[in-house]
Amino acid sequence: MVEEQVVNTNGLDVHVMNTNKYKTTTFVLQIKANLSKETATHRALLASVLKSATEQFPSRKEIRLYLDDLYGASFSADVARKGENHIISLKFETANEKFLKDDSSLFTKSIQFLKEVLENPYFEGDNQFSEKIVREEKRTLKQKMASIYDDKIRYANKRLVEEMCKGEAYAVHPFGDQETLDTITSDDLKQEYERLLQEDDIRLYIVGDIDVKQAEEAAQIFSVTSRNASSALEEGYSKKDKVNEVTETDDIQQGKLHLGYRTEVMFNDERFPAMQVMNGLFGGFPHSKLFMNVREKESMAYYAASRYESLKGLMFVFAGIEAVKYEKAVDIIKKQLEDMKEGQFSEEAVEQTKGMVKNQLLETADSARGLVELSYQHVIAGSDRSLSDWLKAIDKVSKDDVIKAAQTVELDTSYFLRGKEVNHGQ
Amino acid sequence: MANKKTFDQLEETIYSEKLDNGLTVFVLPKPGFHKTFAVFSTNYGSIDNHFVPLGKQEAVKVPDGIAHFLEHKMFEDEEGDVFQTFGEQGASANAFTSFTKTAYLFSSTQETYKNLETLLDFVQHPYFTDESVEKEKGIIEQEITMYEDNADWQLFFNLLGNLYHNHPVQIDIAGSASSIYDITKEDLYECYHTFYHPSNMVLFIAGDVDSEKVFNLVENNQSQKSFKEPEKIERLLDDEPNEVKQKKSVQEMSVNTPKCMVGYKVDASTKTGSDLLQYEFSMQLLLDVLFGPGSEAYESFYEEGLIDDSFSTEFTAERSFSFLAVGGDTTDPDQLEKRIIDTIEKAVEDGISKEQLDRVRKKKIGNFFKQLNSLEFVANQYTSFAFHDIHLFEAIPVLENITAEEVNELLKTHFQQDTRAVSQITKKQAG
Repeated sequence: MVEEQVVNTNGLDVHVMNTNKYKTTTFVLQIKANLSKETATHRALLASVLKSATEQFPSRKEIRLYLDDLYGASFSADVARKGENHIISLKFETANEKFLKDDSSLFTKSIQFLKEVLENPYFEGDNQFSEKIVREEKRTLKQKMASIYDDKIRYANKRLVEEMCKGEAYAVHPFGDQETLDTITSDDLKQEYERLLQEDDIRLYIVGDIDVKQAEEAAQIFSVTSRNASSALEEGYSKKDKVNEVTETDDIQQGKLHLGYRTEVMFNDERFPAMQVMNGLFGGFPHSKLFMNVREKESMAYYAASRYESLKGLMFVFAGIEAVKYEKAVDIIKKQLEDMKEGQFSEEAVEQTKGMVKNQLLETADSARGLVELSYQHVIAGSDRSLSDWLKAIDKVSKDDVIKAAQTVELDTSYFLRGKEVNHGQ
Repeated sequence: MANKKTFDQLEETIYSEKLDNGLTVFVLPKPGFHKTFAVFSTNYGSIDNHFVPLGKQEAVKVPDGIAHFLEHKMFEDEEGDVFQTFGEQGASANAFTSFTKTAYLFSSTQETYKNLETLLDFVQHPYFTDESVEKEKGIIEQEITMYEDNADWQLFFNLLGNLYHNHPVQIDIAGSASSIYDITKEDLYECYHTFYHPSNMVLFIAGDVDSEKVFNLVENNQSQKSFKEPEKIERLLDDEPNEVKQKKSVQEMSVNTPKCMVGYKVDASTKTGSDLLQYEFSMQLLLDVLFGPGSEAYESFYEEGLIDDSFSTEFTAERSFSFLAVGGDTTDPDQLEKRIIDTIEKAVEDGISKEQLDRVRKKKIGNFFKQLNSLEFVANQYTSFAFHDIHLFEAIPVLENITAEEVNELLKTHFQQDTRAVSQITKKQAG
């Protein structure tokens, strides 16, 4: 297994994962703040603006040409919601120089470039972000927001979360919202940037054929620092008296059914491994109850699955169905959860699911980005569990543990996006 | 004895062997990886709908979507669902169908050799009943409906429908909600026996495995099964005119952002091996010079607000068809269409320079190393290439040898006006 070592250089935590499995070196700068409606849009725009110009490379094109010259290094600035945190990730991946004939300083150039993006952005005149770049990136971000609607499964999922978590930070989309975007000035952006440098938890991940000493030396160039990372996972929601049912229409062929559940079991809970197994058996795999009953037995859907959001204590179920089968589908899904709570499943199924969950974890640990994700979840949750301990904990899960985990899961909101005319044919 | 090939620059060693029954097997040991990824593929996809069945004289035409339907049904046997068996062995299994390939795969971090047996056995054991075939129709109908709501998918297939008069590449891989209802278990068996002969298939295993043990297992497994003598598969195609069927299509959908794609139909290549690889790479490099991030066109389209990062290019050269496509999300599909065409016409006149080519070549070499980190990429790509006698690991020297003169030749011949078609998705007005 790839071991992680964390060294603190001048206040910045550098997480080093030394391995020769890959032909590239991966760098990720993780920048974390609380998720809030006030700042999410600013941060999403900031990520795009930082990505587009630096002091040394003052335009997108100059950055592009430089990256191409570094053997097509890939570089992205993404935003994500992890629990109730807003994360900006600056990701950089470049070929390991040992495979190339003519370049021996890719590693150094890579880390210098990342520092440049974060700490030396391109400012104009009176130390402001370029109006032109801000305008262009606003337009792009606006289009990205609008495009969520164009992918109906993604849109239905967003709508479910908005309805279900109304009033909670989690309802805020990591892109923010259009209304706020329209009001942001270069000055606002600059303020948010300065706040980010002062207050955010920033840490650097390096995965590749690199030892800790090299990494430590190279990371000296950063002046940003890591802050206290974890913000305890909290439930923080008010329980609804009855299930919130929302139906909306759109000009589409297939109905998109999305159900949202709550659970008190979160990532750093002792019952977390049991909940992972519960989710796997409920709807995580092709042998799961949802797949076997909604798809295989009833032939009602092509996809029917569940996903567990352990940094917030949510579970989602989604299925694409004919609109006229809405009630039937909901009944079948409800029945599957009831069966989980009553232990209507075999010991063998539990064992099988444990194997699948472990397989999934180990597969994640086979990719550089997967390794970073696995480690960063712990940073966010403020827990400390090695991958091998995690695997052992899954091994120990019993049928009874799975039942108890299932019993904490309650339906909160159902969201259905369906076609304008219900087709009664066939 | 397996044939061993070492690629020093890449630090990779691959073993391959063609078994007596015709099956080609590749093993790529990847020490340090937890998982093993195996993919068992047949050189058979959605376009193979008109052929002479194995052991027969007369050609048959089968319903649209049958290769994909077959892929779904392979997972069931007398005992039930093969997903269960993989699940019990801690593996996750899947399959996919493309225009020219059907692939069955698993990845697992334990019981690798047992999972490999399961993969070989289920793909080589067809079992269809009238009842199970009927049951699948509802599921596939929902899969087709899901794609009907997917604007990118519609954009792409509308383009193919514009480009081609007769070629089956224009038919949706899953068929249509009506064509799948014509499929019978007899059809499935006929396709199966014709196209799932070991001589038409490739098995690729990548992971922390012992290559000798893998070869022993596969040989032993195959020697216990009997197959008919292989025959050369006769596939039939109607003539395809050079010019496109329809210049342009516009479909309204429930989207916020319109889409536009410009495509050119290209003569199917008769090249194989490293010649084909060189041709494919040359076309990809050319498209990257013209439209990739960093190109003049990309940067000005972006600054004008015409495109976002969904803008991309693709070049496909498969047996019996070839095309290229450029496009993505756009606020103004007509304007983007015009600008793409203008860019091409200008390039045809001016040609591209060595400096431009060198830049995208360097990028492509770096990208290749990134792709090699993925066992899935290597296994799937190696398999597709193997059907054309190409070796993936020879990519870098091929890339290094491409010249600007060669690319400029392609530029002159690949962009004729009558081979061009446009597909647009526009925003449906409320009504």
